[in-house]
Amino acid sequence: MSRLTVPKTYKLYIGGKFPRSESGRTYEVVSAKGAFLANAAKASRKDARDAVVAARGALGGWAGATAYNRGQVLYRIAELMEGRRAQFVDEIQQTEGVSASVAGAQVDEAIDRWVWYAGWADKFAQVVGNANPVAGPYFNISVPEPTGVVAIVAPQDSGLLGFVSAVAPALVAGNTVVVVASERFPLSAISLSEVLATSDVPGGVVNILTGSPAEIAPWLASHADVNALDLVGAGALEWIDLQIAAADTLKRVLTPENGQDAAAPSLDRIAFFTETKTVWHTKSLI
Amino acid sequence: MTIETTPPVRTLAPAARAVEVLGGDFTEASLRRYLNGIPGVDAVGLEQRAAGLGTRSIKTTSKAWALDKIIELIDLTTLEGADTPGKVRSLVAKALTPDPSDLSAPRPAAVCVYGDMVPYAVEALGASHAGRSGGAPGSVNVAAVATAFPSGRASLAVKLADTADAVAAGADEIDMVIDRGAFLSGRYGLVFDEIVAVKEACRRADGSYAHLKVILETGELNTYDNVRRASWLSILAGGDFIKTSTGKVSPAATLPVTLLMLEVVRDWHKLTGEEIGVKPAGGIRSSKDAIKYLVTVAETVGEHWLQPHLFRFGASSLLNDVLLQRQKLTTGHYSGADYVTID
Amino acid sequence: MSFLEYAPAPESRAILNLRDQYGLFIDGEFVDGNGTPFQTISPATEERIATISTANTADVDAAVAAARRAYERTWSRMSGSDRGKYLFRIARLVQERARELAVAESLDNGKPIKESRDVDVPLVAAWFFYYAGWADKLDHAGLGPAPRALGVAAQVIPWNFPLLMLAWKIAPALAAGNTVVLKPAETTPLTALLFAEIVQQAGLPAGVVNIVTGAGETGRDLVNHPDVNKVAFTGSTAVGREIARAVAGTDKKLTLELGGKAANIVFDDAPIDQAVEGIVNGIFFNQGHVCCAGSRLLVQESIHDEVVDRLKNRLSTLRLGDPLDKNTDIGAINSAEQLHRIRELSDIGEAEGADRWTADCAIPENGFWFAPTIFDNVSTSHRIAREEIFGPVLSVLTFRTPAEAIAKANNTPYGLSAGIWSDKGSRILAVADKLRAGVIWANTFNRFDPASPFGGYKESGYGREGGRHGLAAYLTPGRALPGTSAGALTSASTTTRKGAKK
Repeated sequence: MSRLTVPKTYKLYIGGKFPRSESGRTYEVVSAKGAFLANAAKASRKDARDAVVAARGALGGWAGATAYNRGQVLYRIAELMEGRRAQFVDEIQQTEGVSASVAGAQVDEAIDRWVWYAGWADKFAQVVGNANPVAGPYFNISVPEPTGVVAIVAPQDSGLLGFVSAVAPALVAGNTVVVVASERFPLSAISLSEVLATSDVPGGVVNILTGSPAEIAPWLASHADVNALDLVGAGALEWIDLQIAAADTLKRVLTPENGQDAAAPSLDRIAFFTETKTVWHTKSLI
Repeated sequence: MTIETTPPVRTLAPAARAVEVLGGDFTEASLRRYLNGIPGVDAVGLEQRAAGLGTRSIKTTSKAWALDKIIELIDLTTLEGADTPGKVRSLVAKALTPDPSDLSAPRPAAVCVYGDMVPYAVEALGASHAGRSGGAPGSVNVAAVATAFPSGRASLAVKLADTADAVAAGADEIDMVIDRGAFLSGRYGLVFDEIVAVKEACRRADGSYAHLKVILETGELNTYDNVRRASWLSILAGGDFIKTSTGKVSPAATLPVTLLMLEVVRDWHKLTGEEIGVKPAGGIRSSKDAIKYLVTVAETVGEHWLQPHLFRFGASSLLNDVLLQRQKLTTGHYSGADYVTID
Repeated sequence: MSFLEYAPAPESRAILNLRDQYGLFIDGEFVDGNGTPFQTISPATEERIATISTANTADVDAAVAAARRAYERTWSRMSGSDRGKYLFRIARLVQERARELAVAESLDNGKPIKESRDVDVPLVAAWFFYYAGWADKLDHAGLGPAPRALGVAAQVIPWNFPLLMLAWKIAPALAAGNTVVLKPAETTPLTALLFAEIVQQAGLPAGVVNIVTGAGETGRDLVNHPDVNKVAFTGSTAVGREIARAVAGTDKKLTLELGGKAANIVFDDAPIDQAVEGIVNGIFFNQGHVCCAGSRLLVQESIHDEVVDRLKNRLSTLRLGDPLDKNTDIGAINSAEQLHRIRELSDIGEAEGADRWTADCAIPENGFWFAPTIFDNVSTSHRIAREEIFGPVLSVLTFRTPAEAIAKANNTPYGLSAGIWSDKGSRILAVADKLRAGVIWANTFNRFDPASPFGGYKESGYGREGGRHGLAAYLTPGRALPGTSAGALTSASTTTRKGAKK
């Protein structure tokens, strides 16, 4: 007689905690073959609202941490992902219907991308910032600062790799994020939230909503307390409307990308979620 | 019609120290220039120095000495709206017998209560009240907060009456608050005058004075430069002690801010030969933290300052943590909450 | 009992697991050296710690050959991402073994455990963490789209921050794709050998890092070896000159980090208590064995008396003694030789007419010790104002105006570092502009960070260590050669994203 399993409940990840949707709704996550896998929480606009509040609350601490500290925290997440590799591989196999080796390659790539981004934390400012040789007795320096709360619609075709590729770059500079996971493949995102909850990432830095991006994204796009909007995974939505809604508060917006190379790793992706601050200071000996 | 654009020059209330340092005809303007002329504080450097002092490793015999010393320097405090005579009696009983399982534990320096609770504290202390016994060994002072503690937002008349009542009821020490609103809006003269007046209200019929501690409320002053200026101002105006906080505002006492105040007291001593006390209050809960303060005092202004007339901890739960540590040193094993008394 | 005479608070040596004898670390293994072995001792007690091998010419040759093989066959073919992962592993291992490394460092070098625990070892880990992240981002180093490693790097490091200097050398070299042969100082080989064990634990391919212990001869053999592409040296200016002469006419790239005689400039509006801390930290931290030490105090004449007075008071709570006691501030002088030099120069200072004052410290019987010393009324013409003493000895000079401070600060063949203390931002920035020094600290001193470039002007050397600039020493701009992947990337690429701009 084979052992009965203890199936996991997949909830939202907001403010470092795992609440169900305040609406009480769930939706079925099925395997590639259509078999029932789990009931994932179906986030409502109020969950999105709460997530933004949590993200804003966590911003001061995360942005105020040293770059070295952020790099350390992000690297630690990669360590924990590596430790849970088998779990991630298994979930991807089940939900995406791919072989163990394809799933394994996806997980390996996701971890390696995370490490790549972690390594930027204490050095990207040296590449995108600089002293400016102005024509006067002034010390003048330009530095990148995090833009604030970033709302992300994660790539919808990939459970883990797309998610990681969209979330990691926003975190590097000190932003906090609210991310809407892939609707069909949400389990990896929630497993990643378990990694986040057991790492040194402060609660509220990453908030993960599962459910319908079509329902949730407009609330994030129009939210006045969200500073930037990454629509990388919104290709199948009415994303132009989202961009128009975001224009009300002049959010910084990234448009959708499709295919294998969606959200490919780049320094630009980090820099996009920063604001450049330029400071002048007089210089005088007398 | 003419509009007076410059405020009239004010001569401030007589205060011997200020007269000596600033001259007999000092004004609010000259006071402000003096305070602004004191060298600034680099916060990063100050905090680093405090952190460095916090790495001292105080073990074995040094630790045992430190634990007892901490107790001797505690103003055991209850400052709640819900305080009653019964609560105050319980506090006093704790002060007289900190550890029923170990009668060798020393007594704290004082109990600290609201002014209207002073009579109950005095009565409960009985023969152990320092005021009555003349400071005999084992006697405990009664310190009272006054001047519309903690906010200080009341008229001068009310604040002086508050002070006088507490003194008349038998308080040995008065912990007053400065007017932070006045300080932050630059009215140093008003802050100064109030301290002088409160000191005068500490005068007893027999001509002696209750000891005056001046609470700066460093958490509201916000910058180290402000704390430095307020410290100098309070000493010039006649305070016997400068105290960090009421404990009702966060941040309360911190090691860097206390270090800064000790530096002022050190410099005052160098300038005039006079010894002023320092009291960090609020937020010091563990023996480990309290030991850092002892180290900071000893290495900044000297071991001599580790005496009740020159240094106090304003604390309530600290005492029990120290007793637990003390018990571990005696028994060799870790103790627990059941083995210390609540007050 | 005086409270200030704190009870002993010894850090336990039990955490150490030292061998009685150490070989050289070549090609991933410990092998006996063919030179005459020597002892490494604790400078605090003069006790023997272990026997150390000496690498003779043949050993150095074997080490360089191993580094070359590892470079050609493995390291230059490895992706930057993988090189980075090895460096991350090393960083983690350093963190895991941090206490052990700190104790070993204090034992072998003489510096207080408080320093090795709180400053040296954490910086070592940080250095490896920082450069680990660069390994797969070299196209952003400012050296073109595909910079290449140089090949085999010969690295010779000093005794004042043994493990930290090792990190400063090895981390960027490896991140950039080079392999290394490193020679630690003869009086402080221990933590380099423990590091070799960490390298083994990290699974680093054999030959990527080689450690050859020995004295001056070994260093010369290494630097002069014909199959070395890069030489990196930290140490005295005298030896730096020797090396510069030796590589002349060869293709070897050279960086030098040499001596200094830094000016710590205190203006009359300085935050005075923090300035005093900065002066103390500047010259007495690490017993003054710091190339960037603030060994000349340039104090504005109007506040000279007050500052010197406060300084002397501050020194009264400095504790000199057992490096392994957690409350020790001033440890042992690293060697008899160095102690002799400090004494000699101090005697010269006295003879020159400066006013000598020494802190009142109880000096232990065994070991090498020198109490913190201040020379007041020093002039620019005094030898103790010009020559690097490399000990806990401060020379005090005065100035009247910012211009004079700058002139005096720059009046030296050295140019490594300087300090500026003032409450006025515009003055700090203008003075910083004019100081000919590679590292300038304002209202602080002796702050190090792997993200911050460090290096000197003039006879303090050339090249920078730390930061993005620190990579330049180990790379050459250019297109990737076929068959190598130094600077090339795998799937974690940096293809520029077209399109969406802010």
